Amino acid sequence: MATVTDFSNDIRPTWCPGCGDFGIWNALKRALVQADLTPREVMLVSGIGCGSKINDYMTINGLHTLHGRALAVATGYKLANHAMHVICVHGDGDGYGMGGNHMMHAVRRNIGILDIVQDNHVYGLTKGQYSPTSQAGFRTKTSPHGALDRPVNPLALALSQGATFAARGFALDLRNLIELMVEGIQHRGYALIDVMQPCVTFNKGMDYDWFTEHTYQLEDEGHDPSDRMAAMARAFEYPGGERIPLGIIYRTEDVPSYEEQVPTLEAGPLAAQPLRTRPSEDYRQLLQELA
Amino acid sequence: MPINDMTFRIGGEAGQGVESGGAGFAKALARSGLHVCGVPDYYSRIRGGHNFFTIRVGKEPVLATTDHVEVLIALTGETVERHADSLTPGSAIIIDEEQSYSEELLEDRDVHVMQLPLLQIAKDEGSEVMVNTAALAAAAALTELPLEAVVEVVGENFAKKGSDVVDANRRVAEATFARAREASPPSFLWKLEPLESPTRVVLSGNQAFAMGSLVAGCKFVAGYPMTPATSVLEYMALHADDWGLVVKHTESEIAAVNMCVGAANAGVRAMAPTSGGGFDLMSEGLSLAGMTESPLVIYLAGRPGPATGLATRTAQADLFLAMHAGHGEFPRVVLAPHTPQAFFEAAIRAFNIAERYQLQVIVLSDQYAAASIWSVDASVFDVQNVPIDRGKWLTAEDLEKVDSYKRYALTDDGVSPRAIAGISPKAVYLTTGNEHREDGHITEDPDISAAMADKRLRKLEHALTEMQPPLRHGPEDAEITFVSWGSTYGAVREAVDALNRGGDSANMVHFTDLAPLPVSAARDALSTARRIVTVEGNVEGQLERHLWDEVGIRANASIRKYDGRGFTANYILESFGG
Repeated sequence: MATVTDFSNDIRPTWCPGCGDFGIWNALKRALVQADLTPREVMLVSGIGCGSKINDYMTINGLHTLHGRALAVATGYKLANHAMHVICVHGDGDGYGMGGNHMMHAVRRNIGILDIVQDNHVYGLTKGQYSPTSQAGFRTKTSPHGALDRPVNPLALALSQGATFAARGFALDLRNLIELMVEGIQHRGYALIDVMQPCVTFNKGMDYDWFTEHTYQLEDEGHDPSDRMAAMARAFEYPGGERIPLGIIYRTEDVPSYEEQVPTLEAGPLAAQPLRTRPSEDYRQLLQELA
Repeated sequence: MPINDMTFRIGGEAGQGVESGGAGFAKALARSGLHVCGVPDYYSRIRGGHNFFTIRVGKEPVLATTDHVEVLIALTGETVERHADSLTPGSAIIIDEEQSYSEELLEDRDVHVMQLPLLQIAKDEGSEVMVNTAALAAAAALTELPLEAVVEVVGENFAKKGSDVVDANRRVAEATFARAREASPPSFLWKLEPLESPTRVVLSGNQAFAMGSLVAGCKFVAGYPMTPATSVLEYMALHADDWGLVVKHTESEIAAVNMCVGAANAGVRAMAPTSGGGFDLMSEGLSLAGMTESPLVIYLAGRPGPATGLATRTAQADLFLAMHAGHGEFPRVVLAPHTPQAFFEAAIRAFNIAERYQLQVIVLSDQYAAASIWSVDASVFDVQNVPIDRGKWLTAEDLEKVDSYKRYALTDDGVSPRAIAGISPKAVYLTTGNEHREDGHITEDPDISAAMADKRLRKLEHALTEMQPPLRHGPEDAEITFVSWGSTYGAVREAVDALNRGGDSANMVHFTDLAPLPVSAARDALSTARRIVTVEGNVEGQLERHLWDEVGIRANASIRKYDGRGFTANYILESFGG
């Protein structure tokens, strides 16, 4: 069994001291160990942003891609090698802004990807502009009079598109976050984990204390994660309300993943299939079709 | 008597089966041992409008269509009005007797009009949708083509709809054929005589490229439907289960190219078909592929822009786009095949070059080449003996012999040996669109950054050795040298031959491999030319400028066409002042 050290390397993160990215990074390494995975069995796909550099700071297969396109690259990767555990990590601008369209389609496809969104409600790497999850009225350099856009509701969006796994974690609550990640890794199909995290530099109004005060655990209130309509009601608690539900909001294992349904993939991962597998009459058939 | 040398045109509204009927007729002619070239012309709509399909027939391979028509099959009166000017003296029009058109248009023309109860026969013997079957049977009767050739193809086209539909079509064809034989004007000269021939296929540039991709081991295709590239996506989807492919119709071209980057990094041959607008959306993903050295094939079938432009029509306006799309500097290869055989071979070359140099190959096409069809001897397509070269490829066993693996190792030729992530505990690495070290991790070190940029671009020097010299045709020492690229080959070649037959002296230099440009071969071909005339389907003269940039040779004159329609030899000769 691998250890956390096996997933570590000697590159020091460039994140600000106290950044929520550290919690997500540590949780992920521990979750991979708990899920009994080794670095070569995982493809960690990320976008662009502070937190998307996570795979640079690990010993793991990584694809550090473009802003907003992590899920598209991850989808192509998964379809080409579904034996690999594909995990996507990217920020809220990446996942819900630039990549919002890819997310909607990843959800409805139920492609086997664990999608971890580092949701700090602000753009950090570009130094403090409002993000798709920023609250309306949030004053930043691109919203000097306060943001007019109301925030995206990622969990409600995912549920409305037929999500089979939707959860929310908190970067300070490692024990529960690790557990969510392990569940997400083991899920059949697309799993979204929206992770509340502070940006200690550009979103000082939403610090660890603020999140601690405003969050609660769904299981403490007897939420049934197999009840889609109850899940939808919980999803609408935040943004919009003052209480942020944490934990698995909805899960079903009854929906086949996309890759399970592709006839070609019944023979195993595409990457492991030989380039040419056809008997010679099939080659002749290609020409007969056109004759 | 002109035997086996004529042009048919079938015209009608969208939804009347003009294109399927035309393609079926072309196939019937090819099975009769004749060569054909068929060019569709249609509007961007599902119903109505005016669509037409032109089929030129010849004993020898037909490279392009003509502007003149000997048999006009008019499913609507409008067809007569639109194409009256194209009718050759002595030609014939086949039209339903119920259709009206302005008759004074034909007053001073030497044209036979065969008015037949096409629709009535279709209704009596089958249903009114079979009117195009009736029209084709009439054309067969007029030109003395045996009816069986048409009936066979029509039967295959409708086989899925059941034997009742097939039988009804046969009755319609037979009844019309008999009526048309009686009504055929004795003085109509153009006739068809079936010939013995080897097995021929009739296919478009798209079909040839798709078939080439399939046999080249393409395993992953991602695309969004866009005319005129859609049939490539459809062909691959149709063959996916039997040939072991994953074909994904994506939410956008942005998703398509990025999925291909993902699939390529998993170690499968990946391809994305698109047109100009979709290719625009792929620019950033192309740049990511460049930085990550992900082998990729993109099929770019151009059409007139900017924006939606002329959605169903042709242009050679995307050469610069193919050459320069994507921010930053990274190597790429651009191929522009000119015949179905060349499309087939370009696909195979593209996948090999992409993997050998770990770069992106853009196969540049246009609506004319993508959607037109040609008859070709089937033996030309060697589908079984396809050379496959995956480049510097390390297996798990290979990795056992090395201490550590560096995905982006600096090498003399710029190509780093590839080991697919995860195949061995030693092949665990990061691939990033940021500048990176040899091991793949992010760096901003100035020396490494420059070395990596050099490494990537260095690959192009070696890829250049794969580029094919321009094709040459005509006498070496000629007064006029036409310079062209891609789909215009057939029209230019016919123009060259016509000039030489008429006592002029012309030759041609035709480019199929455009980037990196085979500069020394281009210089060899052009430096002794006395008068260079470029022929291009764009406004700006993109090849002309490319040649000036790379070779330092200027054209003396240029023929540029940007009305959305393909070139013909006539057009070139007229533009040239001939």
